[in-house]
Amino acid sequence: MIRVILPYHLRTLAKVSDEVELTIDGRATLGSVLDALEARYPVLRGVIRDRLTSQRRPFVRFYACREDLSLEPPDTALPDAVADGQEPLLIVGAMAGG
Amino acid sequence: MSRVRVLVGTRKGAFILTADGRRNQWEVSGPHFAGWEIYHVNGSAVNPNRLYASQNTGWFGQMLQRSDDGGQTWEAVSNEFKYDGVPGTHKWYDGTQHPWEFKRIWHLEPSLTDADTVYAGAEDAALFKTVDGGRTWQELAGLRGVKGDLWQPGAGGMCVHTIVLDPKNPNRMFVAISAAGVFRTDDSGQSWKPVNQGLKSPFELPDPEAEVGHCVHRIALHSADPNTLFMQKHWDVMRSDNAGDSWSEVSGDLPSDFGFPIQVHAHEPRTIYVVPIKSDSEHFPPDGKLRVYRSRSGGNDWEALTKGLPQKDCYVNVLRDAMAVDSLDPCGVYFGTTGGQVYVSAENGDSWSPIVRDLPAVLSVEVQTLQ
Repeated sequence: MIRVILPYHLRTLAKVSDEVELTIDGRATLGSVLDALEARYPVLRGVIRDRLTSQRRPFVRFYACREDLSLEPPDTALPDAVADGQEPLLIVGAMAGG
Repeated sequence: MSRVRVLVGTRKGAFILTADGRRNQWEVSGPHFAGWEIYHVNGSAVNPNRLYASQNTGWFGQMLQRSDDGGQTWEAVSNEFKYDGVPGTHKWYDGTQHPWEFKRIWHLEPSLTDADTVYAGAEDAALFKTVDGGRTWQELAGLRGVKGDLWQPGAGGMCVHTIVLDPKNPNRMFVAISAAGVFRTDDSGQSWKPVNQGLKSPFELPDPEAEVGHCVHRIALHSADPNTLFMQKHWDVMRSDNAGDSWSEVSGDLPSDFGFPIQVHAHEPRTIYVVPIKSDSEHFPPDGKLRVYRSRSGGNDWEALTKGLPQKDCYVNVLRDAMAVDSLDPCGVYFGTTGGQVYVSAENGDSWSPIVRDLPAVLSVEVQTLQ
């Protein structure tokens, strides 16, 4: 079981109030978790990754276990603590001041 | 008694303002989609409870929202706006060619005859159409075929910001693009032609009378006389009496002919409204006085409408989509400002009062007249 924490605006879009739990077949990677997330919540297609290129949107970041995974390729295996549900994968809207 | 519902898009959400036909006591609902930029909210003339909203942020991109109960509840229906085929390139700020990239929907124009059919104006400039209530969108790509490689973004981006449907000719439609000009289709959007003859842009274009490239800010028509078009250009207020085939300047005695919105009175096809702005360098009213100007003769002769509007120390702007009229009698006129005020005149513009004073910067105002 994978735990995913969405930023406020995406929780609102997906109509969830808390973290999301996903089941992944096989080794959990960044790409497979995002695929599963978008399959469960189709409204999130295109808001985390570009619909055409599947590239991360520029102001979205992926954090887990105090590491920034945003620049990792999608087939990167997630840390064991995320894969076994001890730690969540955080999807974060990048900071923007002003 | 009739009611009015004002649909307000702002930098930080949407607001819905309602009142009865007297238009002096208002209820405010919102913010809807709090924290998101709402470029436009618009309702179907066929089914007024069917609303569409364009929701956007720099973080998460575009979402198209739909309501079937007048804005009480909403459903996110789509964010897939895909250019037809290979998108190609347009002119970039440095003169090079730059690929078309979808950024946002600026304007939503529901069909006059079908609540599920809507046209959407996009940045980078393109026109999309849905026939299933917003779930799927197809580009009307013929528009970008009209010298699209010569279109160039202005400071506000390169966008289809105005879509005007001809109420007497279902095959005819006009769009306005910054910075490309006005385009007309007579075959329901399959083919288009630029209709910019008579526009002059000596400070913006190397060829002031170029066929495309003009920074048109807004166009409007009256349903009783759809061959007469009115335009607020970057500079100049213009009128066409032949469906855009040619344009003449009608700025007349305005204190400034720079501005963004232009609207036509609901019952008087030659009565029009603009909000003069000092200049392209100073986007606020001349002399700090917020004045709507009205012409009852289709332009040239203008009168300042000031009663109830701030006449000193006012430095807000009124954006292109932020003015609307209802269809009551007397005609109600509405506009929103970048300072967060939404003003109403329930008497043709003769006097004004604020409905709300402290919203986020207003991007768009539409009004529905409900029975």
